[in-house]
Amino acid sequence: MRHDIEMKLNGERLSVEVHPREVLLDVLRTQLGVKSPKVGCERGDCGACTVLLDGRSVRSCLVLAVETDGHELTTLEGIEHDGLTDVQEALIEHSSFQCGFCAPGIVVAAAELVTRTPHPTPEEVREAIAGNLCRCTGYEAIVDAVVAATRAPAHSGGET
Amino acid sequence: MNELHHVGSRAPRIDGRDKVSGAAEFVDDIEFGPDLLHAAVVESAHAHARIVDIDTSVAEAMPGVVKVVTGRDFPFTFGLYMKDRYVFAQQTVRFVGEQVAAVVARDPVAARRAAEAVSVTYEMLPAVLDPDDALDENATLIHPELGEYPHVPWFFPHGGTNVAHWRKTRKGDVEAGFAEADVVLEDTYRVPRYAHCAIEPHVVVAKQDHAGRLTVWSASQSPYIQRDLFAEALAPIGLTHHDIRVITPYVGGGFGGKAGVTMEIIGAALATAVRGHPVKLRWSREQEFYNTYQRQGLVATIKVGARSDGTITALGHEMHWDAGAYVEYGANVVNAAGLSATGPYRIPNVSIDSLCIYTNLPPGGPYRGFGYSEFHFGLESHMTRLALELGIDPVEFRRINAITEGDELPYGAEMNPSGLVEAIDRTAEAIDWGTTEASGDPRKRIGKGFALFWKAPAMPPNASSASFLKFNEDGSINITVSGMELGQGYLTAMAQIAGEVLAVPPSKIRVETPDTDRNPYEWQTVASHITWSCGNAVHSAAVEARERIIDTVHAARGYEEGTLYLEDEMVKCETDPDFELLLSDFVVSGLEMEDGTWRGGPIVGSGSFMPDFASAQSDPQTSQGGHPNVHYTVGAAGVVLEIDIETGKMKVLRAALAVDVGKAINPTTVEGQIVGGMLQGLATVLYEDMRFDAEGRLLNPNFTDYKIPTSLDTPEMVIPIIVEVPQPDGPFGARGVGEHTMIPAAPMIANAVADATGLRVTSMPITAEKVAMALLEPV
Repeated sequence: MRHDIEMKLNGERLSVEVHPREVLLDVLRTQLGVKSPKVGCERGDCGACTVLLDGRSVRSCLVLAVETDGHELTTLEGIEHDGLTDVQEALIEHSSFQCGFCAPGIVVAAAELVTRTPHPTPEEVREAIAGNLCRCTGYEAIVDAVVAATRAPAHSGGET
Repeated sequence: MNELHHVGSRAPRIDGRDKVSGAAEFVDDIEFGPDLLHAAVVESAHAHARIVDIDTSVAEAMPGVVKVVTGRDFPFTFGLYMKDRYVFAQQTVRFVGEQVAAVVARDPVAARRAAEAVSVTYEMLPAVLDPDDALDENATLIHPELGEYPHVPWFFPHGGTNVAHWRKTRKGDVEAGFAEADVVLEDTYRVPRYAHCAIEPHVVVAKQDHAGRLTVWSASQSPYIQRDLFAEALAPIGLTHHDIRVITPYVGGGFGGKAGVTMEIIGAALATAVRGHPVKLRWSREQEFYNTYQRQGLVATIKVGARSDGTITALGHEMHWDAGAYVEYGANVVNAAGLSATGPYRIPNVSIDSLCIYTNLPPGGPYRGFGYSEFHFGLESHMTRLALELGIDPVEFRRINAITEGDELPYGAEMNPSGLVEAIDRTAEAIDWGTTEASGDPRKRIGKGFALFWKAPAMPPNASSASFLKFNEDGSINITVSGMELGQGYLTAMAQIAGEVLAVPPSKIRVETPDTDRNPYEWQTVASHITWSCGNAVHSAAVEARERIIDTVHAARGYEEGTLYLEDEMVKCETDPDFELLLSDFVVSGLEMEDGTWRGGPIVGSGSFMPDFASAQSDPQTSQGGHPNVHYTVGAAGVVLEIDIETGKMKVLRAALAVDVGKAINPTTVEGQIVGGMLQGLATVLYEDMRFDAEGRLLNPNFTDYKIPTSLDTPEMVIPIIVEVPQPDGPFGARGVGEHTMIPAAPMIANAVADATGLRVTSMPITAEKVAMALLEPV
């Protein structure tokens, strides 16, 4: 039994036929060719498959594809559609990532944070990416880059 | 000319844009089209059993199933240092989760369901789960065939026992050394098993085409070793190196777990059973925990004597390694520890026994630190205890005994140049060693801990690296090597080394990930050796290219070779300040002469490197006489730790780590190794712990029950300190740093807990629960 679902993926309306048991992660990767969400644990622990569902971050390995019928999805590809974001440029400049496998999930989580909180503190960045496991970096360089890219203009005099 | 422009700079990583944008392609991201098949394995449910029968008939009849194979189809052994491992279990299974059979199907779900439908009948055998039980003379033999397995000449298996290798190191007279000591301290330390937890699971895709060629796409640290071991294991079906190609794109973390060959051999074998189709095998997170390498468990008994002036007189170190069901790689971890378990100390009388012991647990193997992380826990705990018994400050005790250049190593060779004392001093200063800190909260105490570390690459003496380099029309460069970018920043370091020689910025240099058909040889990306070894190969390739550039300009423009040099992507001349020639003007096209003929041609270079002083030949009873290790990287680490004495909860207020890297090719990526490695080490002492039940089944094979640190679990402050005492045979003086930063974390925490509370914990991990429970007992 397969279902036709309609969704908006990275701004583009499309329909796709899925089996009720299929998770969003697999549909994105194998049917739609969207490869930035990674398969890391398949149980919601590692965050490598993070995408935005109606603007909120979800683990796409825990979402059934049929649940996204009529909803809007944004993956890393959508976030950088108009060019790399300031946060991404800062992550490059700081050499924040090492192996890079967790990077798409963390960039998506950071993008969600910055939408809500344009000038996050280091603690807010840590909280926002706490669901994204990274085994390489110790997280410091990632937090530093996100904070550097989103710092409030100097004339505002510090914390906002 | 001596000023460095690119080496030593904080150039952004050249792979940064690929990774941050998601453009970086990992094996699982590669498209193979509708012809792709998927494999699932049938796993042993028992730690030790004889296979009586395998019934595949139900599975074979299931929809979507293409092929079911068992050990009967592939009766082959393989292994890196000892051929004790099987592609599929033959008569016997030796750990829970071992591959017994496999199903290839049209989709992953069909493969998994059919694998569950394969019925295996077992006859149970006694399982040996503890290394000391395995040493009992009546213990069940896990490998009765041990005496027949081929192995490297520096292993000493004891056939007819469970001891797969016994490394003995003897120097001086250890009994006399203890006799002249004023204090002798002996104790036993225990270290459990740990998991690497790279976020990318192991994955392999393999295809044997109808012409017979086998191509393997693999998430691996070791493409050339994989090709070699595939060729060796699959030789009976007619494959040689000529027929096999291994392609390794970006790898999502390794830490030793993707070194050598583990599950990839299954994919390679299955491809030969379904010719014409690509077959994918991807480990689940659970399989990632129980059927790759695990870090081996260790029981270490340490005895050290010292005189009242603090001089160490003798060390005895007996290590019993829980090496698991197969030791083809892990036995070399045991070997490495057995050569170096003095730690970075000058000790005249030494006795080390390092025993590689088979157990019916998952295969042990390489994990960042390669035995040194394991034995440093006991050793560095012990050194602090001994210092305190002598009434000497633990840092001063370490200064007194720190090994220095020219000192005799445990096996007789000389120690390389080392900035150990500088590392000790700078670390002590960074954590204000010698001052006590108090918490404002009466439930909390603050302690300080200190530890030294050292580690040498553990490699065959002829482990080598090679590099090809070519210029492009725009003056940019492509380099091919077969080291792996695992995250450590290797591609960037290679670009900086070549860029320094050729006066081209690293941002204009691509360093390409391996393909054994196109990229030249590299032994493996392990042992923290590739900055040193492959760096030398890239340096040679760049020097060769530079010579061709100079020759071309000399031939076409007449300047003397000795006066020409490269700067800012140009060739310049010492005797003619007006002469400037852009590399992009001629490195492909060549230079035109007045008569319309041309000189030069595409500029390329090649380089290779093999150490010519290493030797694994030594006396098996003493290890004296050889030169098994090319050099040691040394350093020190310290921590300021806050402990809640009611809950045991610990917080790292400050940690510092100083490491002598010889020369930091890129200080930013070196600091990345320090900060990241320190957290991975802290995780082994504060959080992680593999738990097995009485049947040898792993109880926590997932990130819910095996907690690795999140962004909320990091130290409040990490102070990375780079020491640079050059390695004479390293590129620009560099030596390796990847593994070392993990090594001192566990003992430094143990020492800080003791400093804060008086509680000496001799087994890892040191969790909040363990500390709280122990503090409830009278000390």
